[in-house]
Amino acid sequence: MSEAALTRTSRSPLWWLPGGALLRVGRWHLGVPVLTTWVFAVLLVVVRARRIPDVWFAGVDGKLAVLTLGLTVGGLLVWAWSDPSGRRSLLDRRWHPAARSFQRNHMAVVGAWIVFAAYLLAVLAPLLAPYGPNVQGDLLQVRLLAPSGSHPLGTDHLARDVLSRLLYGARVSLSIGFIAVAISASLGTVVGAVAGYFGGWVDSVLMRTVDVVISFPRLILLITIIAVFEPSIFLIVAVLGLTQWPGTARLVRGEVLSLREREFIQAAEALGFARARILARHLIPNALVPVIVAATLGIGNTIVLEAGLSFLGLGVQPPTPSWGTMVADGRNYLLTGEWWLSTFPGLAIVLVVVAFNLMGDGLRDALDPRMRKG
Amino acid sequence: MTRYLLRRLLGAIPLVLGVATVVFFVIQLAPGDPANLVLSPGMDEAVIEQTRENLGLNDPLPVQYVKWLGSLAQGDLGYSLNQRRPVAAVIGDALPNTLLLSALALGIAFLVGIGVGVVQAVRPYSVPDSVLSVVALFFYSMPSFWLALMLILVFSYLARNVWELPIWFPSSGIRSSDFDLMSPGEQLVDRVRHMVLPVTALWLVLAAGVARYTRGSLLEVVGQDYVRTARAKGLPERTVILKHALRNALIPVVTLLGLYLPVLFSGTVFIETIFAWPGMGKTIFDAIGARDYPVVMASSLIFAGMVVVGNLIADLLYALVDPRIRYE
Repeated sequence: MSEAALTRTSRSPLWWLPGGALLRVGRWHLGVPVLTTWVFAVLLVVVRARRIPDVWFAGVDGKLAVLTLGLTVGGLLVWAWSDPSGRRSLLDRRWHPAARSFQRNHMAVVGAWIVFAAYLLAVLAPLLAPYGPNVQGDLLQVRLLAPSGSHPLGTDHLARDVLSRLLYGARVSLSIGFIAVAISASLGTVVGAVAGYFGGWVDSVLMRTVDVVISFPRLILLITIIAVFEPSIFLIVAVLGLTQWPGTARLVRGEVLSLREREFIQAAEALGFARARILARHLIPNALVPVIVAATLGIGNTIVLEAGLSFLGLGVQPPTPSWGTMVADGRNYLLTGEWWLSTFPGLAIVLVVVAFNLMGDGLRDALDPRMRKG
Repeated sequence: MTRYLLRRLLGAIPLVLGVATVVFFVIQLAPGDPANLVLSPGMDEAVIEQTRENLGLNDPLPVQYVKWLGSLAQGDLGYSLNQRRPVAAVIGDALPNTLLLSALALGIAFLVGIGVGVVQAVRPYSVPDSVLSVVALFFYSMPSFWLALMLILVFSYLARNVWELPIWFPSSGIRSSDFDLMSPGEQLVDRVRHMVLPVTALWLVLAAGVARYTRGSLLEVVGQDYVRTARAKGLPERTVILKHALRNALIPVVTLLGLYLPVLFSGTVFIETIFAWPGMGKTIFDAIGARDYPVVMASSLIFAGMVVVGNLIADLLYALVDPRIRYE
């Protein structure tokens, strides 16, 4: 492209907006979401301008929301201006064959953007939600209202706005899923790598433990443990994180078993490196690909499981909104026709979990060189 | 084969023992005095002490553990504190209901799932394949408890009260209140109608996974040389797919049986609670709410035992469908 052509097109206002340059060079899969995100953030600033100071002084999560909004608006602008040709950008095509392969999988890209959008909406909830999560309207007048203009997703049995609770519930559900999977993936990686590398009785003991935990229907174990203690968010995270590692451990052990026969590990051993160093520096980094895929798919499962526990009353306790408790709240109103109470939080769960599954499948195909199509 | 079976059964013993140990010690962590569950409040100190002695609560923990294992080995599951009858009787009532629900759901899930997977794999990347993939992904990602509620909304409420259709399904229980007044034919229809929604909520989620797996497995097999040979010698496509390819493609699908049992049993906890279905899932959930620990311990053991047995069956089936695998 000639210098003159560049100057001419750069006069178009679209050129200066975040994502505009990407659209200009035909990279729709990045350009459209970036532009949409930025326009959405700007609109939010305009519409909620008066609320921003209140939210800022309301606490840590309020500050986080305002900062995120500011970063989205400002950061994307700075990024767009510092890179006007759109050549260097997030997830650059030329960066790695895996990134290229992932971007060719359109469903996976859509999944990744839905996940990103869900986390963004969850962080921005204090600015976005029309009402507070536990703000009750007049019990006589706004209880169990069908979806309408002032309450887009209706109100619940305690006259609270369903949309607002859905947005705040996203923070609980999404963060529990993420933290629990982070715990289980780290634990599983360490256990699996130790078992695979050291072998012998260490391996036997660890893998028999894995067999026991896996042969136990996980939900039964979870509800037994939670019922014994008092249900709380911390207990949920701990219990979800500490019961999911066996799958990861098996996966990593298999990888490590084949890796430790390879020449580079033998070279490291011949050089006399400590076993802990070989584990941490050579084995685990090379066994991480299946862990990343399993963790992405695992977040979806964990969100469903957390919702299930909350549905049974063993998870997040009222009045804190979580998608599972919201579905449970609506259960008693299904047979009287108040369908919106259970339907919308359930749809939110399905959407996010579908997105995580699409993203996980895409990552698996992209990170496995045998599955990669060019 | 017999030797393999024996070895696997022996191998399952430490597994079940491990599960029993975990259950025992988790329950031991429970706060509160179990003696209070048996007695009414405000009892005399001496009575409480006597009860503790009778229940064996004054023994050291290892002694309690060994005693509990001993009575388990003799088939004594204990006494339900809440229902005031032997745990074996409680489970005896609940287990058949759960087995009926699970077996039906599992059977339908594999039939439908394999069928859908074959339809998809015959014409991969076509419109029907993509549509079915998306539908399967949605059901695969769906929490079964929410699916159950949506089924109730559509087939119990909307079908009956809003659309006034002649066909609707009851949303709870295993039989109607006037069951005893019905003729045998009507009784059968009544039982089936009560089963439709819970079974559907269970199988839909499982079938989606089976379909995904069958599709992938069949696509892999269809690319192999012997399938090309079968086509080259002029066999009809139907025979090639159903007789030659599908048989080999189903071998890995069998392993799903073992994988899905824990999922299925977790599902029954939700489904039985929602549909008031008196099975193991509802029993263990109610027992947890009532802090009826003997029932909780016994039910978790039964669930774990069923998973172990299910895995064994899956392994045996695997050998049955794949003659290359020899268990010695």
